[in-house]
Amino acid sequence: MPNETRRGFLGLIGAGLAFSVTPAYALNESQAGALVQKSMDEVYGVINSGQPPAQMYKSFEAIFARYADVDIIARSALGPAARQASPAEFAAYKQAFQGYIGRKYGKRFREFIGSKIEVTGARPVKSFYAVTTVAYLKGRSPMEMEWHVSDKSGKGRYFNIIIEGVNMLASERAEVSAMLSQRKGDMAALTADLQKAG
Amino acid sequence: MKRKIIFTAIVVAGLSGCSGQPGADGINDPYESANRQVHAFNRGLDSNVVKPLTSGMSSGDDKPGIGSYALQGIGNFGSNLAEPGKAVNHLLQGKPEPAVKTTFRFMVNSTLGLAGFLDPAAADFALPEQDTDFGQTLAVWGVPEGAYQELPLLGPSTERDTVGRVVDLVIDPMHAVLNLDEWLIGLGARAVSKAGERARFGDSVDSILYESADSYAQTRLIWLQHRRHELGEEGDEIDPYAE
Repeated sequence: MPNETRRGFLGLIGAGLAFSVTPAYALNESQAGALVQKSMDEVYGVINSGQPPAQMYKSFEAIFARYADVDIIARSALGPAARQASPAEFAAYKQAFQGYIGRKYGKRFREFIGSKIEVTGARPVKSFYAVTTVAYLKGRSPMEMEWHVSDKSGKGRYFNIIIEGVNMLASERAEVSAMLSQRKGDMAALTADLQKAG
Repeated sequence: MKRKIIFTAIVVAGLSGCSGQPGADGINDPYESANRQVHAFNRGLDSNVVKPLTSGMSSGDDKPGIGSYALQGIGNFGSNLAEPGKAVNHLLQGKPEPAVKTTFRFMVNSTLGLAGFLDPAAADFALPEQDTDFGQTLAVWGVPEGAYQELPLLGPSTERDTVGRVVDLVIDPMHAVLNLDEWLIGLGARAVSKAGERARFGDSVDSILYESADSYAQTRLIWLQHRRHELGEEGDEIDPYAE
């Protein structure tokens, strides 16, 4: 019993030390990699749960909201219009955008049944980290994916996914700007469209 | 052969006059209105012909049908006939190793792989396909990408890649071995392998062509990004926090 206590105590000191050696960086390579790994584990948990699709998309949306910086992604996808939108308009748009991403990419994640994703590395790029993963999908050659992770929101979150060169942020920017111009810049109409899209 | 070299030299010289520079968004599309018309045609063709024809071939994860195996065999046969042309392009890019491997691959699959219907080179000899084409050769030689194009039936391209496709047909070493009919059969088999891809990536294609607000712009962006990734010509990373 005393032994147990001592180990616990030493463990506490160890934890304290570890904490004090890494003060300057809120995020490092291994944490960025771990974030991606953890979010993918949750995604696979949903895929393997056998939930009905609609329920699955809701779960993906929740994972996206937990691990991605939805605010910056939604803002970046909206482009210059984000600066003109009122806070209430933006909040409604962001909520709709989040659901749209959950459905749109949720449909794609179903192709990942029986596959696995491995984190293969992480490196600093500009002000953030690029985490590389390889997806092994059935009957396909392995697929490279890259996740861009930043702590600029105050927490470690990813804000972009690049699959074999195809950039989610860039393609959502093109898509949302096309949707907005179809509605001649009307934010409320865009938000309503996003609620149905994906 | 001499004629082919002269032809290629003319083509490359002509390409230095490629139109325009990419804009701030990395897209150079001076022919947008013509491209959009071709896109509408290609999209109609896909929804009325290609998609209905290929949906039955789809392998999916659940029980691939006999059709999907046959399709893969025919696709393999076509891809195998394209290997010598790829070996030539590897050489033209100054990469002897993939050229040699591609040649071995062709020899293994043409014999043990029953004229290319099977792919034992990848499965048993660790010689996976190393894809390349003359468009990539031009990129290696420093020829600029040129304007974006959407070609009827063939889909997205750039001026540089369109020239590359034509040159690939001309410099194909299989001309020396096959007569024209045989060569065209090979080309047809390659088209079948493309149809197989349409079936395999069906959901992705549907999402881009039929579910996006501007399917032309999405196709253009996604194709260009993927092609530039293949050629190692990707642009800068986006940093939304810095904007």
